[in-house]
Amino acid sequence: MRILVIEDDRETASYLVKAMGEAGHVADSAFDGEEGLERAKAEDYDVLVIDRMLPKRDGLSVISELRGAGNRTPVLILSALGQVDDRVTGLRAGGDDYLPKPYAFSELLARVEVLGRRSAPKEAETVYRVADLELDRLARKVKRGGEPIMLQPREFRLLEYLMKNAGTVVTRTMLLEKVWDYHFDPQTNVIDVHMSRLRAKIDKGFERPLLHTVRGSGYVMREDV
Amino acid sequence: MSSRAWPRLFRTTAFKLTAIFLAVFTVFAAFLIGYIARNTSDILKSQMADAVDAELQSIELQYDRGGAAWLVRVVELRSAQPGASLYFVTDPAGDRIAGNVETVPASILNESVDAPKIVSYTSRDEKGSQPHSALVRVFEFPDGVRVLVGRDVSEREALVGLVRRSLMLTAALMVALGLIAWTFVSRRVLKRIDSIAETSNRFVAGDLSGRLEVTGTGDEFDRLAESLNAMLTRIERLMLGLKQVSDNIAHDLKTPLTRMRNRVERALTTGHSEPDYREALHATIDEADQLIRTFNALLLIARAEAGSPDTEFDTFDAADVARDVVDLYEPVAEEAGVALRFEECAPVMAHAHRELVSQALANLVDNAVKYAGEGSGTPEVVIGVSEKDGAVEFRVADNGAGIAEADRGRVTERFVRLEESRSKPGAGLGLSLVSAVAQLHGGELQLCDNAPGLAAILRLPGAAQQGAA
Repeated sequence: MRILVIEDDRETASYLVKAMGEAGHVADSAFDGEEGLERAKAEDYDVLVIDRMLPKRDGLSVISELRGAGNRTPVLILSALGQVDDRVTGLRAGGDDYLPKPYAFSELLARVEVLGRRSAPKEAETVYRVADLELDRLARKVKRGGEPIMLQPREFRLLEYLMKNAGTVVTRTMLLEKVWDYHFDPQTNVIDVHMSRLRAKIDKGFERPLLHTVRGSGYVMREDV
Repeated sequence: MSSRAWPRLFRTTAFKLTAIFLAVFTVFAAFLIGYIARNTSDILKSQMADAVDAELQSIELQYDRGGAAWLVRVVELRSAQPGASLYFVTDPAGDRIAGNVETVPASILNESVDAPKIVSYTSRDEKGSQPHSALVRVFEFPDGVRVLVGRDVSEREALVGLVRRSLMLTAALMVALGLIAWTFVSRRVLKRIDSIAETSNRFVAGDLSGRLEVTGTGDEFDRLAESLNAMLTRIERLMLGLKQVSDNIAHDLKTPLTRMRNRVERALTTGHSEPDYREALHATIDEADQLIRTFNALLLIARAEAGSPDTEFDTFDAADVARDVVDLYEPVAEEAGVALRFEECAPVMAHAHRELVSQALANLVDNAVKYAGEGSGTPEVVIGVSEKDGAVEFRVADNGAGIAEADRGRVTERFVRLEESRSKPGAGLGLSLVSAVAQLHGGELQLCDNAPGLAAILRLPGAAQQGAA
């Protein structure tokens, strides 16, 4: 995946570029809004990571400019402003996701990877498959190895999101945001309990588990490596 | 009144207003009096003219009856009567032959005037005195004898004098009254403004408890004082909140920071192998995450307390929000062996910040699930939504140990945790946030005894009340 990081703090930028490289991506960096806009326009990236407060040209205006020019590259906004209302402003400006600082790199990476996959036409598929697990989005039915599995509506949406992003790590915060539409951090780790319930329904009694916990990051749905 | 106060008195709004009103009323009074005077004078003049005409006609009749000699006799007779008109009869040569008038301007006799005219004359009774004014008509008989009949107009002049005097008197009276009103108003108003300025200055200087005096008369100043007092109370609360936040940061953020630092230091000095370091680093990251979480919660509370523009408010079904939160916590409750139940109800519309209300409700449910197990019976948490007097009420009730009445006020403060052992996770910010969210919406958080357990009631304005929020 080709990623452009527009971040004025050089240390953070070089850390992100290096860490993304280690995760198997190719990342470039730009240190101010003008330079970032130039590069984003000139080259073809899969994801842009843009800090909201940048010298010369602020992050939101870079995004509006790109969107105005017809550039649809997914954008992840980074910001020290983490309140609900700030996020809404960021997304309205044309951002696709919003991550408040300070963030864990694993969270950033997971979000970037999910954004990058958007290009793949997953949205159009009506049936998601991971190994012998099958989810029919229209009939709202789930089967594993041909056997139907009964899921609550919320569990269905949870599984749907995990399978849509199969192979990619999704964090607890992402699940809360996408499945529950909550942008706060519940004090108790409610997501883990939901996940263990879901796991009991889809993995229990099967030899190969599909739902894996990634320590320090979140969860991933994939055939065992 | 101090010497300094005088020039200030002239700069006041009260002074300007008084001056304007004074000017307006003076013009108005002058117009009114002038108008009346003028009309009266016109009426008098026309009455006089009629009288002169009538007199002249009767003189003509007398002349027709007895000629000039008879005329002279009649004129002499009439002149002698009290309140007589003015008469002046001349022979064809223009010499005076009868009448009570000594002299008149010669020109008036040479022209036979049809309309009455004002001329000056001197009376026969008081020779050598000032000439008077009179309204006269002259008639010339065919034999050249001329007769002038007139009425003295001093009556009219007296009226003009009366009007002038009353005008001046009125003006003087108005100026005097205006001055009194101005002094009264400006001194009274200035006194209250001074007191407002003084209280504000004391507030600025740091005395946050000072409030403006409300006299209880319900006038504009009272209303102003009341709104300013409400503002001062809010400022005081924000200031206290800010102070509390910094105190809390000092106390409750420094402790975990110290712990984190110690752990890293110990890992550096005593760690021997990679697993040691890894373990220490993982623990450090966990602790840092917890710190960030605490920090975010503090910021969120501060932000909610400071108030957010109502543009981010939505109208939504409160029951829906509650159902979602219950749905989120249901597995956690089940794992903890707590029966979590939502009392189904019809939609209850609220106008609020949906995200913040969800979070507040999540905090209440989180607490209830955490502490329900401490009671004696089967742990149970019941969540209900209802509409009461146009307000939306979220009720989260558990049957745990509850909170002693004395502690209920305290638990909504930041970082307050009742269990000294701190065996349950959490930073002690949950209820502070709920309380801040309630405040942001102009609602309230009430903690009641559920006998046994605790019932937390979050009251928010309903959709119908959105204007009042």
